[in-house]
Amino acid sequence: MSVNSAIHQPATRSGASTVPPRRSWRPTHNRAGAMLAVPFFVGFVFVFVLPIAYAVFQSVYTVRSDGGLGLSESTTVFAGFDNYARAFGDEAFWASMVRVALFAVIQIPISLGLSLTAALLLDAVTGERRGGLFRALLLVPYMVPAIVATLVWVYLYSPRTGPLTAAGNLVGADVNFFSPDILWGSIGNLIVWMVLGFNMLIMYSALRGVDRSILEAARVDGAGAFRTAWSVKIPNIRGSLVLTGLISIIGMLQIFNEPLVFRGASPQTVTKDFTPIMSIYFQAFTSNNYNYAAALSVLLAVVIGLFSFAFYKLTTRKANS
Amino acid sequence: MTAVLPEKPTRETRDREATTAPATKRRKPRNREQFVVMIGLILFALYSVAPVWWLIVNSTKNRRDLYNTNGLWFGEFNLWNNLSSLFTYNNGVFLRWMGNTILYAGGGALVCTIISVAAGYSLSKFNYRGRGVGLAVVIGSFLVPSTLITVPLFLLFSQIGLVDTIWSVLIPLFISPFGVYLAKTYVDGTIPDELLEAARLDGSGEFRTFIQIVMPMMRTGAATVFILLFVSNWNNFFLPLTMLRGSDKWTVGVGLYSWFVDKNQSYVDLTALTITGALISVIPLAIVLISMQRYWRTGVTLGALK
Repeated sequence: MSVNSAIHQPATRSGASTVPPRRSWRPTHNRAGAMLAVPFFVGFVFVFVLPIAYAVFQSVYTVRSDGGLGLSESTTVFAGFDNYARAFGDEAFWASMVRVALFAVIQIPISLGLSLTAALLLDAVTGERRGGLFRALLLVPYMVPAIVATLVWVYLYSPRTGPLTAAGNLVGADVNFFSPDILWGSIGNLIVWMVLGFNMLIMYSALRGVDRSILEAARVDGAGAFRTAWSVKIPNIRGSLVLTGLISIIGMLQIFNEPLVFRGASPQTVTKDFTPIMSIYFQAFTSNNYNYAAALSVLLAVVIGLFSFAFYKLTTRKANS
Repeated sequence: MTAVLPEKPTRETRDREATTAPATKRRKPRNREQFVVMIGLILFALYSVAPVWWLIVNSTKNRRDLYNTNGLWFGEFNLWNNLSSLFTYNNGVFLRWMGNTILYAGGGALVCTIISVAAGYSLSKFNYRGRGVGLAVVIGSFLVPSTLITVPLFLLFSQIGLVDTIWSVLIPLFISPFGVYLAKTYVDGTIPDELLEAARLDGSGEFRTFIQIVMPMMRTGAATVFILLFVSNWNNFFLPLTMLRGSDKWTVGVGLYSWFVDKNQSYVDLTALTITGALISVIPLAIVLISMQRYWRTGVTLGALK
């Protein structure tokens, strides 16, 4: 998961920071100050706005090959909404969306639950040094690049190189980690491993920020450690749960690396259109169907936008009520 | 692995602990609670560390031991041989990948940090038309997954002939809305308006103030932005995979992936090389993260505090 997409503030905070500075300086200062933002915004237009606009533009064209007599000449012609019509009828693409959505619905709560458990345990442990040691150990996976983590787990799952299949046999279970039934579990576990420490750190810092006098009050009222965690600590760090939830959802929507590597180990299970980004990638670079890939990108962007918006609305309404 | 804690301490115990609790004088229930906590943490720690342990152990094995010995313990110690074949395979292409990755991750993060600090400072301390919109754009684009932009970016770059050059990877890394937002938050917190006012009264121009006063004060903030971008760049796999064709420009991630895929198709077994290479590729990132941990910890937690 890239940090770029990984750490975002819930947009709530934007409201506070859009208030302009109260004093008004002479305009020359402000003009010079505005110049400092120019490199960023010029670059932003170049690597964010233009590509999206270009993708929209590309998505309404299509390549027709009209070299009927062995002359494989092809021309790009305007196609209107043909690509979109095709995309809406593309069952494999929508199936990949549903596949990933189902996976997310199961994997994200488990992943966040485990991170939260780790964070609560770390918050409950006594002794600075012991806490520091465990925090460091749990953060080890954060230092492993995502693609390397995926390769390592594929080797661990592999019956030839990894100990996991043998361990399964030992307890009488004959597991093939790449079989269609287990595959998502294998990928889910790999993602838990990659993000556990990172999410734990966000939740743990939020737990440290919980007002100690509230915890004291709960203690005086006779609440046990479990009760305190459930009724006091967790509600108090809801913000960080929403944050990590949002990070997880966005990460899941663009899931690509992990299934791609699993495809290397088991191409018959992990098909080319296993996830939405994989569909786009293989449409563009294997089928050379750039225009169609552009249309799929635009569609996926719209779906992701709607998802994020709905999630944001849902969680903030819950928090307000 | 849930934190079900066995017994509630009595009220007096807790009260006493709350006021004067020297670590040595803990009562039994507290001990039992700690026992459960420790068990849970040890399980989590084992889970987190075991795959890395496997990676270290297996990078010391030769091909025969890789398939025939217990994966969690050493066989014949063969690390030096593995390293020398890793570094010499295909004219040392692995070292080239490492160098490329350092260039993309480090160079990209460095330029991006400078651009981000300048923009964050501008958005924080000045008032001009478009500032509010600019800020909204920055925050809004956090939600756009970078992977999604990559294929459209490829279409655009292939139109202007940038594809398969180092710039096709570097330029997208120069721009990070997240970096700008983080920098702005730091400027909000560390640069007092009075200081800027004083510099103005002394006749310092805005650019001079930025370079001579603001930049030195932003050292911690800039380091945090840099390290988070560096990690994110080092992890980036999709961008180089999409943009680069020639293996001389690849990152270590793309290179290892190509070896991993090759082992299924060709007669050479690259598995041992891939495993050793994977271990080596972790080292630079680990060094940077460990030596600069106080910076990225604050960066990660910034979103959660408040």
